Amino acid sequence: MKRSIFSKAVFAGTIVFLFLPLAVLVFYSFNESKSGSWGGFSLRWYLKLFTDSPDLWRAFGNSAIIALGSAAVATAIGTLGAIGVNWYRFRLRSYLRTVTFLPMILPEIIIGVSLLVFFSGLGIRLGLFTVFVAHVSFNLPFVFLLVLARLEEFDFSIIEAARDLGATEAQTLARVILPMIMPGIVSGFLTAVTLSLEDFVITFFVTGPGATTLPLYVYSAIRFGISPVINALSVVMILGTVALTWSMRNFLKYIAAK
Amino acid sequence: MIGSDVVIEHVGKSFGAFRALDDVSIGIGKGEFFSLLGPSGCGKTTLLRIIAGFEQPESGAVLLDGVNVLPEPPNTRRVNTVFQNYALFPHLSVFENVAFSLRLAKAPDATVRDRVGHYLRLVELEAHADKKPAQLSGGQKQRVAIARALINEPSVLLLDEPLSALDAKLRQHMLIELDAIHDKIGITFIYVTHDQQEALSVSDRIAVMNGGQVLQVGTPQEIYEAPATDFVAKFIGETNLYEGTIRSVSGQMAELDTAEFGTVYVTDDDPPPAGTRVSWTVRPEKIRIDLERPSSVRGGLNLLSGLVDEPIYSGFQTKFYVRTDQGATLKVIKQHADWSDEGPRIRWKDSVWLSYSAEDAFLVEVKR
Ligand SMILES: Nc1ncnc2c1ncn2[C@@H]1O[C@H](COP(=O)(O)OP(=O)(O)O)[C@@H](O)[C@H]1O
Ligand SMILES: [Mg+2]
Repeated sequence: MKRSIFSKAVFAGTIVFLFLPLAVLVFYSFNESKSGSWGGFSLRWYLKLFTDSPDLWRAFGNSAIIALGSAAVATAIGTLGAIGVNWYRFRLRSYLRTVTFLPMILPEIIIGVSLLVFFSGLGIRLGLFTVFVAHVSFNLPFVFLLVLARLEEFDFSIIEAARDLGATEAQTLARVILPMIMPGIVSGFLTAVTLSLEDFVITFFVTGPGATTLPLYVYSAIRFGISPVINALSVVMILGTVALTWSMRNFLKYIAAK
Repeated sequence: MIGSDVVIEHVGKSFGAFRALDDVSIGIGKGEFFSLLGPSGCGKTTLLRIIAGFEQPESGAVLLDGVNVLPEPPNTRRVNTVFQNYALFPHLSVFENVAFSLRLAKAPDATVRDRVGHYLRLVELEAHADKKPAQLSGGQKQRVAIARALINEPSVLLLDEPLSALDAKLRQHMLIELDAIHDKIGITFIYVTHDQQEALSVSDRIAVMNGGQVLQVGTPQEIYEAPATDFVAKFIGETNLYEGTIRSVSGQMAELDTAEFGTVYVTDDDPPPAGTRVSWTVRPEKIRIDLERPSSVRGGLNLLSGLVDEPIYSGFQTKFYVRTDQGATLKVIKQHADWSDEGPRIRWKDSVWLSYSAEDAFLVEVKR
């Protein structure tokens, strides 16, 4: 009995701890006044967000392009890499798998510095392109491992069964392997989009003029005091994330049921 | 459908330093139900995978109707496989699993419906066409795998321990069904199993393998009644296997000196000369067990007395371990034919008489 009260208290505490900051954020996004005190309900900051924040939207556009683009490229490369590692037996195979973990373990700051050194060493101008390349490279291992995990759930003899029944290698890929690992590919892609959208540290090192992403923009905006526009933006993004997660869950369910 | 004959010629295969198949040669006839039988790890699956095209041997050839198929990839060989763990496509329905090879060939929908329907009926799964493999029982999955392999109309069907994942009752049932399917479609079946009962009950012929080699090829009767080596004798069924030295030979009968049972009479097509060291065998069910000394003792009849060490009663039969007066143990199986049978009345510590004809005892191997 006591224990159950204790665990309920912990549960409630955790929920408050997790969601109270968000609630405060939502609350202030509807605040007429710019300061911390309540000045009445207003959609003023939302209006400003949507009509009068060109820099913010430019940063948002950069983030969207980088996130979707780098996630797509990382998903394509990571998926093919995982299939290759799963399908073919070659020298350095296990070495390759281990090395892929590295970017996930290394502190972001080291990746950021090393990418910066790499780009400047090659004389590549910092900008959207370098941010894009950096995001592809840190997204890749996540996609690779998610897809590989999915592949390894299945018995390799399924691939042999397809070949046995007359499928060429390409047909086996298209009709058996890709449909089977689709949930892994989708979650890999989503993970990549999320990681890319929220990345600050690595982006900070490799960005250049005209390549400000949303996290960088928010950071620089907040240095001059918290703007309620950022609160409004956060609420919009929370809603967007919830909607995306929900539709993805349904999509995955749909794939699984098909 | 018409079956092919399959000839395996001097096939050798190594994995690193390990010799998985060592100069294997087997000839399999059109439409035969042929079994590869041997303990786990003896190379059965490897041989099957070479026939299917998933593995390349270092030496030898695999001929289908006289043509070497080793250069062909698996997808063009007229051979299909039923995998040990079914290997169904988890994302496709039962119908689409079976239709897989037709879809690849871009068969028209009407044809696909007809043919898939036909094969689902053959394996009695019409009612489950829309289910996913995950919703099926083990036996049903097995039948999907069989239908999927057959729809391609292969001339040879390879089955790798297809029943090993099923429970004993279902295994019996599926075995009978497999046999019925084989009779109905008449193609060549190559059936891999480590279960000698399975192999004996359905095969036209069996190849017994051990350590990457084929020890004996023959009908179930030949394999059981006249094992070619000690290993075959021990692996197939239960047996008594001992050694002895030939004292004299007359025609097909030989008189042996044995340490365990004194003089033993055995038969052989062509017994080796006196003085040869040999192994010999007699199956437990061929030995008579009596409480009284049998009245008529013919020439060449082996007669022993001993004590029952351990009777194992299992309803339709009893297995006795009998310690003979010379101190060796013989296994004896007595079927309980009718109520007057004295088998169930023979108890532990009873003294009994064992007798068996020289025609039921065989020479197996020449020892050196
Ligand atoms: N790809 C492989 N690499 C290394 N060893 C293998 C491979 N495939 C099979 N073997 C070995 O070859 C032997 C025969 O295997 P297998 O043909 O699967 O036996 P069975 O089917 O009779 O149980 C086993 O000892 C197994 O470990
Ligand atoms: Mg095997």
